[in-house]
This record gives sequence, structure tokens and C-alpha cells, in this order.
Amino acid sequence: MAKQNDIKYLTSTRVEKRAKKYCRFKKLGIKYVDYKDAEFLKKFVNDQGKMLPRRITGNSLKFQRKVAHAVKKARQMALLPYVTDLLK
Amino acid sequence: MATNNLQSYELMVIFTPVLAEDDFKAAQKKFSDLIKEHGGEMTHQNPWGLRSLAYPIEKKTTGLYWVSEFEAPTDLIAKLELQMNRDENVMRHMVNKLDKHAVAYNLRKRNKHTAEVVAS
Repeated sequence: MAKQNDIKYLTSTRVEKRAKKYCRFKKLGIKYVDYKDAEFLKKFVNDQGKMLPRRITGNSLKFQRKVAHAVKKARQMALLPYVTDLLK
Repeated sequence: MATNNLQSYELMVIFTPVLAEDDFKAAQKKFSDLIKEHGGEMTHQNPWGLRSLAYPIEKKTTGLYWVSEFEAPTDLIAKLELQMNRDENVMRHMVNKLDKHAVAYNLRKRNKHTAEVVAS
């Protein structure tokens, strides 16, 4: 009878543990999301210019809202496009 | 006038790129004088100058950006907005109220900027 460790599975049984997401604002102690800093806001926007959800960015609710407000202000002032392709 | 508690605001304006250099300065002066006249106080002005827009506004793809931070009584903003809407050089404008974190952020950024300038 094949012993337990003889069996070779196609995929590894031990799924590698994904790094725990953290809110970068809490970690770095950033208190204000500046809408003028388009480069920084591009981290929270996908390459079509759409805002990334919290489960991707890993932000806490409070700072995800601040980022959302900042992105909308930047879009209003033409620092960020509303919709585009290959933004990055 | 009641004790006008000054709130800190940040104004960002996009002027039409057609403006020449001195018209651009004149437009800036016009609005900063308007703020000073009505009891406001300009803390900082930062003209970014000609920049390309992320999308065309009024069929133009570039604009003259001007960011300024100021303290003003609360009733000044309505007057400012009125002037902005009337002025046809202004393509787009936005006034933001700054909370204490935002003011601290701008201050820190300015000091860091001047430190770099001094260092270089």
C-alpha cells in the first residue's frame, strides 16, 4: 500500500501562504491623501483609470474613502483621466 | 464683522494656455488681491505653469495651473466662486477646505522643498 509520503500529487498540497495585506497609510502614518500628487494616486488606479477596490489595495475603510475623494478631485482637475487605456 | 474665524482653503485654477506670461501673472494677482481685499490672507502661491491635461477641456489639451493656499473668512468663498465663473480665462477651478492634517502636509512639503532648494 503506498505510504503517505510516496504519493506524488500533481499540485503541491501546501498552498503557499499569501502575505498579509496591510493599510499602507496606517503603517507609514500618512494622515492626508493629497489630490495634487497624481503619481501617488496612480497606485490606486488600474491601467484604465478606474479605482481599485479595497480588497486589492488593502487599504482600511477610512483611507480608501480619502483616496476615493482624492482621485475624484484629481479627475475633476484633469490630473487623472476619467477613462483611458495603458495609463501606467 | 463678527469675529471672522479664518478657515484655511486651497484654490486650484486652470487658466487657458492662450494667456501670455504676464497675463498669467496678472490673473493670479487679480484673484490674490480679491482674497486680500475681503480680509483673507495668502499663505502660499505655487504656479505650476503650462501642463498637459489628462483629457481635453474646452478643446484644449494644455492648461496653466495655479495652486494657492490661503486663509479666509467663510463668506469669501462665494464671492471668489462668482468671480471665477465670470472670468473667461479660467477654464476650471476648485476650492478645497483644508483640515489640520492637510495644512501640516502642505507645510511639511514646502519646508522639504525649500530645504532641497537650499541644499542644491
